[in-house]
Amino acid sequence: MPDDDHSAASAVARVRGVDEGALMLGGRTAALERQPLPRSVARPRVRSPRFWQSEWFLFLLFVTPNLLLFGVFSYWPMIQNAYLSLVRWNMIAPTKSWVGLANYAYLAGDRTFRLVIQNSLVFTLGAVGGSLVLGLATALLLNQKLRGRDAARAVLFAPTLLSGAAIGIVWVYVFDPRFGLLARFLGFINIPSPDWLGDPAWALPAVIIVYVWKNVGFATVIYLAGLQAIPRDLYEAARVDGAGVWWRFRSVTLPMLSPITFFLVVTALLNSFQAFDIIRVMTSGGPVDATNTLIYYVYQQGFIAFNAGRAAAGAMVLFVIMFAITLFQLRVGEERVHYG
Amino acid sequence: MVSPRPSLALALRHRLPLVASYGLVLLAVAIIGLPLLWMVLGSVKTNREIYTLPPPWLPAELRWQNFVEAWNAAPFDRFYLNTIITTLAGVGLELVNAVLTAYALAFLRFPKKNLVFVLLLAALMIPTQVTILPNYLTLSNVFGQSWINTYQGIVLPGAATAFGAFLLRQSFLGLPREVLDAAKVDGCGHLRLLWDVVLPMARPVLVTFGLISLVAKWNDYLWPLIVTNQDVMRTLTVGLTYLFDAEGNTDWGPIMAASIFVIVPLLVVYVWAQKYIIEGITAGATKG
Repeated sequence: MPDDDHSAASAVARVRGVDEGALMLGGRTAALERQPLPRSVARPRVRSPRFWQSEWFLFLLFVTPNLLLFGVFSYWPMIQNAYLSLVRWNMIAPTKSWVGLANYAYLAGDRTFRLVIQNSLVFTLGAVGGSLVLGLATALLLNQKLRGRDAARAVLFAPTLLSGAAIGIVWVYVFDPRFGLLARFLGFINIPSPDWLGDPAWALPAVIIVYVWKNVGFATVIYLAGLQAIPRDLYEAARVDGAGVWWRFRSVTLPMLSPITFFLVVTALLNSFQAFDIIRVMTSGGPVDATNTLIYYVYQQGFIAFNAGRAAAGAMVLFVIMFAITLFQLRVGEERVHYG
Repeated sequence: MVSPRPSLALALRHRLPLVASYGLVLLAVAIIGLPLLWMVLGSVKTNREIYTLPPPWLPAELRWQNFVEAWNAAPFDRFYLNTIITTLAGVGLELVNAVLTAYALAFLRFPKKNLVFVLLLAALMIPTQVTILPNYLTLSNVFGQSWINTYQGIVLPGAATAFGAFLLRQSFLGLPREVLDAAKVDGCGHLRLLWDVVLPMARPVLVTFGLISLVAKWNDYLWPLIVTNQDVMRTLTVGLTYLFDAEGNTDWGPIMAASIFVIVPLLVVYVWAQKYIIEGITAGATKG
């Protein structure tokens, strides 16, 4: 299992790791390895006669614990999950009955599952779009000479590090239609608060708001670093050419930020498909499945309904989506995106 | 400038974007900060104040009793202990795995090294969420023993790391060659090279990775939720939500106090290590 997946940090993890891995596969080898130095100056390099003293052995010794854990808790479960998706099993009975693709057929025809897919897409679009647009806006704002800029950045970033479970609970109180913080503000302008988490029409927007609130600081911090890396003379050149503020933004800022935007899109996509704690705490997928997303559906089928087959089939769908995003990142990423 | 004294209108026009900028920054900070402030204020209000219409911003007096009630409503001492144990063990194991794998990839010769890269990449592509069901089954029968409700059950599935291995390898390769070569010439073996030379020099990236791992483990929710079903083995995040499920949206004071229990330790870490965390994350994203 890789790092915990709903933290922003591990999103970097996922994407960076893949990225660097790809580079390494391209044949870049270690500096020391390329020009191996003799063990001692006087003695020429001789491979140790005994295997357990050799560098190969040390290599295996060093990588085995990590790979063994991955074997037991990542590769093997992946295979097992694929198998479970082809059986019917209540997680208790001693036998599993083989049903072939029936679980997938069920998902394909199930109205709830279609809603789940739709919710996942809406949630992802809202979460990714919201955090990127607002993140870029706040980054542009903070990319000026302002007093207290670092403090503002620190505050904006803080929610990224806080427990989604705790944050979700706090927001249930904030959303309370009568006694919550939002109702208090809406009261100023005499708008009655919607029943955020009780109304199927508002529940999904509500969890999207919380997700964006929690994760926008990540985009801000990354965009800000990107903005600060754009060479000044590009703006000067654009200014000399008579470009206005908007045109400078269109022709310099956005293209120069495109690798970062790409990175953030992929990170946020992967992260939002895995957003679990906020949804579990705030709505438990409800009301009437209005906030039931893929990851919640897998949990629900597996650990509430005890339907291992459907849970595993749902997990396979989730895996395929995330795998496709990662492949897209690897393939398209390096070519299409303009690097400054 | 033609006129030595800019007119008021000109001064305003010049100043306005700046004023607007400060206004917008304040707005952004308020939007992020207010829900957290609402939590803090709620944690010291009486139930009567919380359920007044409209609810007052500030409590008449600070009701610290909410924290006592929250602490007694669930075994929070155990939750803290469990979270601290599983977080430290998880971070420790991830660090060890990351360091050893990174060192091997960076400095040791091996004929099938590319295969190891592929295996690590594959691990990166398998999300935790897809493995929860099989991992639950695996841990409910480990050579005839159940590891449900155990520390090893919580920790081990997250103890391997591919990201950490790649991150550290990258930074190991960036260490000054001369120092490493000199150590080798001095007859330094790999274990000593790792311990006495590489690790001290790579300290900043070790701290960064340790912090990223710490935050992830502390906040982890889905896996501890699944692999524990007894109160005494729950972690802070899971225990908090069970308390919330039970007391629901009726007793906001103690519930907000309990949320603070979960959040505050990480806020302290953040204030203390902010520079490391933000720099580490931006470096990871913008480099290359």
